[in-house]
Amino acid sequence: MSTPDEHGTRGSTQESPRPRVRRPAVAAGALALTLAAAIATPLGPAPQRAQAAPNDKVLTVAVAQSVDSLSPFLAVRLVSTSILRLTYEYLTDYDPGDGHPVPGLATRWSYSPDKLTWTYTIRSDARWSDGQKVTAQDAAWTFDKLMTDPAAATANGNFVTNFRKVTAPSPTQLVIQLKKPQATMTALDVPIVPEHIWKNVTDFAKFNNDKSFPIVGDGPFVLTDYKADSYVRLKADKSFWRGAPKFDQLVFKYYKDQDAAVAALRKGEVSFVAGSPSLTPAQAASLKGQPHIRVNDAPGRRFYALATNPGARAKNGQKIGDGDPSLLDERVRHALFMAVDRKTLVDKVFQGHAAEGRGYIPPRFSTYFWQPSASQELGYDPARAAQLLDQAGYRKNADGKRVGKNGKPLNYRVLCHATDPNDKAVGQYLKEWWGKLGIGMSLDCLDNVTDPWLAGKYDLAFDGWSVNPDPDFVLSIHTCAALPATPKDTGATDNFICDPTYDEVYARQLAEYDTGKRAALVKQAESRLYDLGYMNVMAYPNAVEAYRTDQIKSIETMPKAAGNIYGQDGYWSWWSATPADSGGSSGGGSTGAVLGIAAGAVVVLAGAGVFVARRRRTTADDRE
Amino acid sequence: MLPAAGPARGKRHGSAAAYLRYAAVKAGGAIVSLLAVLVTGFFLFRLIPGDPVKTMTGGRPISAQQLAEYRKEFGLDLPLWEQFTDYCGKVLTGDLGTSYQFHAPVIDKITEALPNTLLLTGTAFVLYTALGLVLGTRAAWHRGRFADRFHTGLALTLYSVPSFWLGLLLIIVFAVGAGPVPGLFPTGGMESGGKHGLDYVVDVVHHLVLPVLTLVAVEYGQTLLVTRSALLDEMDSDYLTTARAKGLRDDLVRRRHAVPNALLPTVTLLFVNLGRTVAGVILVETVFSWPGLGGLFYQALSVPDLPLVQGLFLFFASAVIVMNTLADLVYPLLDPRVGRT
Repeated sequence: MSTPDEHGTRGSTQESPRPRVRRPAVAAGALALTLAAAIATPLGPAPQRAQAAPNDKVLTVAVAQSVDSLSPFLAVRLVSTSILRLTYEYLTDYDPGDGHPVPGLATRWSYSPDKLTWTYTIRSDARWSDGQKVTAQDAAWTFDKLMTDPAAATANGNFVTNFRKVTAPSPTQLVIQLKKPQATMTALDVPIVPEHIWKNVTDFAKFNNDKSFPIVGDGPFVLTDYKADSYVRLKADKSFWRGAPKFDQLVFKYYKDQDAAVAALRKGEVSFVAGSPSLTPAQAASLKGQPHIRVNDAPGRRFYALATNPGARAKNGQKIGDGDPSLLDERVRHALFMAVDRKTLVDKVFQGHAAEGRGYIPPRFSTYFWQPSASQELGYDPARAAQLLDQAGYRKNADGKRVGKNGKPLNYRVLCHATDPNDKAVGQYLKEWWGKLGIGMSLDCLDNVTDPWLAGKYDLAFDGWSVNPDPDFVLSIHTCAALPATPKDTGATDNFICDPTYDEVYARQLAEYDTGKRAALVKQAESRLYDLGYMNVMAYPNAVEAYRTDQIKSIETMPKAAGNIYGQDGYWSWWSATPADSGGSSGGGSTGAVLGIAAGAVVVLAGAGVFVARRRRTTADDRE
Repeated sequence: MLPAAGPARGKRHGSAAAYLRYAAVKAGGAIVSLLAVLVTGFFLFRLIPGDPVKTMTGGRPISAQQLAEYRKEFGLDLPLWEQFTDYCGKVLTGDLGTSYQFHAPVIDKITEALPNTLLLTGTAFVLYTALGLVLGTRAAWHRGRFADRFHTGLALTLYSVPSFWLGLLLIIVFAVGAGPVPGLFPTGGMESGGKHGLDYVVDVVHHLVLPVLTLVAVEYGQTLLVTRSALLDEMDSDYLTTARAKGLRDDLVRRRHAVPNALLPTVTLLFVNLGRTVAGVILVETVFSWPGLGGLFYQALSVPDLPLVQGLFLFFASAVIVMNTLADLVYPLLDPRVGRT
C-alpha cells in the first residue's frame, strides 16, 4: 500500500511547481472566456435593433411566461396578448374605472333598429408608427381576414363567428353586419393591424411577426426588439393620440423562476414583478416593508372554483367519460357545496390574499356582480349537508361511509393541477370535510389536466377563469351550444354544463343592448348557475404584485380605486406609469458588468492563488 | 506514408485494419441505436393519453372546422403508420415538424436555443473538467493527507447539493448582495438587451458567471472522484515501482505513467458529460432564466408540444449516442488493448 510520504518525498527541485499548476487553470480560464466570447459574439443582436439611449427612462417588468407568438392572429398567452395590447389599438377600450366601453380606434358607434348593423366612426388622428394613417379599411381588412382565413382565426376567430359582412364605406366609417344581435360589439378584443404591412403575409399559421423590427403598430408603444425567452423591448410612441407614455422604454424581461424575479426586484434590476398569476403569500410577506418596494394586494379578476362533472355529454347526446352518477342529483351537489368552509380556505390556504367566493363573476366587475340572497345561499352547514345526502338516499353505513342504493360507497376523484399548490392544500381540506360526511375522495394531481377533463374522466375538478369586463365569454362556456358536436370533438365548453333555462337567459342577455337590462339578465344567469350547483366558486384570489417606488412614482390600477397592474384590460398601467425622480430601472450597465466580471476574476484568481500557495508549500515540504 | 520495413508494415496494416473494423462495428451500432431512438421517440410520445390538438386548444373556444384544420396541418388526420413514414422522411431532410405552441419549425427552436446551452454548459464543462482532473490527481497522489480529505469532502458535499438551491443562494449573495457582499452579478437571463459589439460580449460573460459557477461547483466533484479513484487503482502497479526504480522524478511518474493509464474511466465520464452538455441543465437554466434547450424541453413537455418533445428527444438521444461512439473510437488510441478485444 502506498502512503503519501512514499511518493511525496521523491519530489524534484528541477522543475518549478508554479507553471505546472497554473497551466491547466490558466488554460481552462482562457478557453472558457474564449469560448464565451466566440459563441456569444455571433449571437449578438442584429445591428438594426434599437439601443437604449443613455438617458432613457426604462421600466422593466419581470414576466414568467414565454411569448408564444407576436402575431396578433396567433398569440393566446397573457404575456403575448398584453404586449400586443400595447402595440395595436382595438376598436374600443375599457374604462379603467369601471370597465365600461370607451373610445379606442373608434370614437363613436351606433346600431341599426334591427340590431344587426353596427357602424363605427374611426378616429382620424391615429397613425401607424411608419407614418401612414390608420383607416377604417385597416379594421375591415383585419376582421375580414379572421372571417376568411382559418389560420388567421387561430387566436381571435371566436369574435367574428356571428359576423355576416364587414365593409369600410369611407376611411372613417366601418360597418359590421351580424347574423343575429350581439351585445358584445363594444368588447371586440381584436388587435387591428395595418393592411399595407399584413397583406404581404402569405401563411398566417407560420408568420410570428418577430423577425423584422420595429413592428409597425398604432398603440402607445412600438415593439423594437425581441429575443425568445430573454426580453421584449418597446419604445414609447411620443405621438400616440391619447398622449405619450411617460417612460421612454418598456422592457418585459423573462424570469423562469419566480424567486429569482423577486430577487431582481429587491436589487432594482426590474421595476415590477407580478408572478404567475400572483406572488405567493411568502413572497409578498418578504417584500412588505422593504425600502422602496410597494406590494399591491388588490382584488383579482379571477374566480377559483370546484366544478362537478354534470354528466358530460356531446351535442349528439352521446355520453362522454365516466363521471360519478351520484353527482347528477342536485341534492348531492348542494351537500358538497355546503360542506366547504370558504372562509377557512381564504384564511388558511390563501392567507388572506383572496375574497370569499359567492357568485360566478368577481365583485370588481360591479355591473355584473351577483351574490345569493340569504335564503338562497348554500353556506357552510355540514349538518344540512348530511341531511341532504340522507334525503338523496346516500346514508352512512356501519363503517361511517355514505352508501348508495347499489351498495357502492361515495368516493370521488378530484382533478387537480400538480403545479398549483392551492389545489393541493384545498384538496386536503375537502378530504377532511367530506370525510366527516362519510364521503371518500382521491386527489388526482396532474401536470396535464386538460386531457382527462376534455374526456370527461373526472368527478370533480378545480376550475378557474379570468373574467373580462364583458362577461359574455365566461357565460358562454356553460351553454349547450358549447358542448362538443360528438365525443371525438372538442367544444368550447368548460364543464359540459347544459341547461335549457340557463341557455334561454344567456341568449336574452346577448341580444340585449341596454346595459342595465343586460346586467339584470346576466345576474339571472348567474343565479341559475348557482342554484344548479355544478360550480362552487370558493374564492376570488387577489392579484398580488410588487413594484419599486424609487423607479415608478405612480401607476394606474384597474379598477382605479383598488385593482391590478399586470394583465389589465387595456394599456392603462404601462401607459400611465410615471418615472420616479431617480429614473428607470437599472438593469446593470456595462460598468456594472465590468465590475462584476472583475470581481469574478478576482475570486477565481484568489482561488488559484490559494491553490498555488498550497502547492508551493507542499512541494517546499517535499523538497525538504 | 510508406512504412520502412516489411514486417512493421504488415503489423501496422494489420492494426489499422483491426481499428477500422472496430470503428465500423461501433458506427454500425450507433446507427442502429439512432434508428431505435427514431422509432421509440415517435411511438413513445403517442402513448401519452389524449389528443394533442385537443390539449393544444384546450381552454379556449374553437370550432370543429378549426379543429379539423389543425389536425390536417399537423398531419394528425393520417393513419399512424403513414404519420410515421412521413415523419421518418422529413427527419432525414432535417425537418422535425412545427411546434404547436410557438408556430415555428422545431429545428428553428432547437438551433435558437442550442448555442445558449452550449455556451453555458460548454464553459462549465471546460472548467469543471480541468478542476476535477487537477484536483482528482492531486487528491489521489496525496491520499490520506489534509488536501485529499478536504477536496474529497468538499467535492462530495457540493455534488450532493441541489443545483437550484445553490443557484438561488448565489443569486441572493452575489446578485442581490448580502451583508458586506455587494450585488455584483445579474439575477438572471443571458443578456440585458440593447447592447452591441464588445459591450454585448462583456454583458453575456457577466450574466454567465453565476450559472457557470453553480454548474462547476455541482459537477466538478464527479470528475474529481472518478479521476482519484482511477488513479488510486493504478498507484500500486508494478510499472510505477519500476519507473521509480529507474530514477524518474515523482512528478514524471505521475504525469507520464500513472495518469495516462488511469484516464480511461475519466474519458468515459467526459464523453458522457459532453453528451449531456447539449441537453443543458434544466434546473440551472430555470433558476438563472437561461434561454437554453433545458427550458425549452420543460416548456415542450408541459403542453405537451408533441413535435417539439419528439424533436428534442431525438436531438438529445443523438448527442449522447454520438458522444458515446466517439468515446468508443478514442479508447483504442488510449489503450490499444481495447481495439483488439
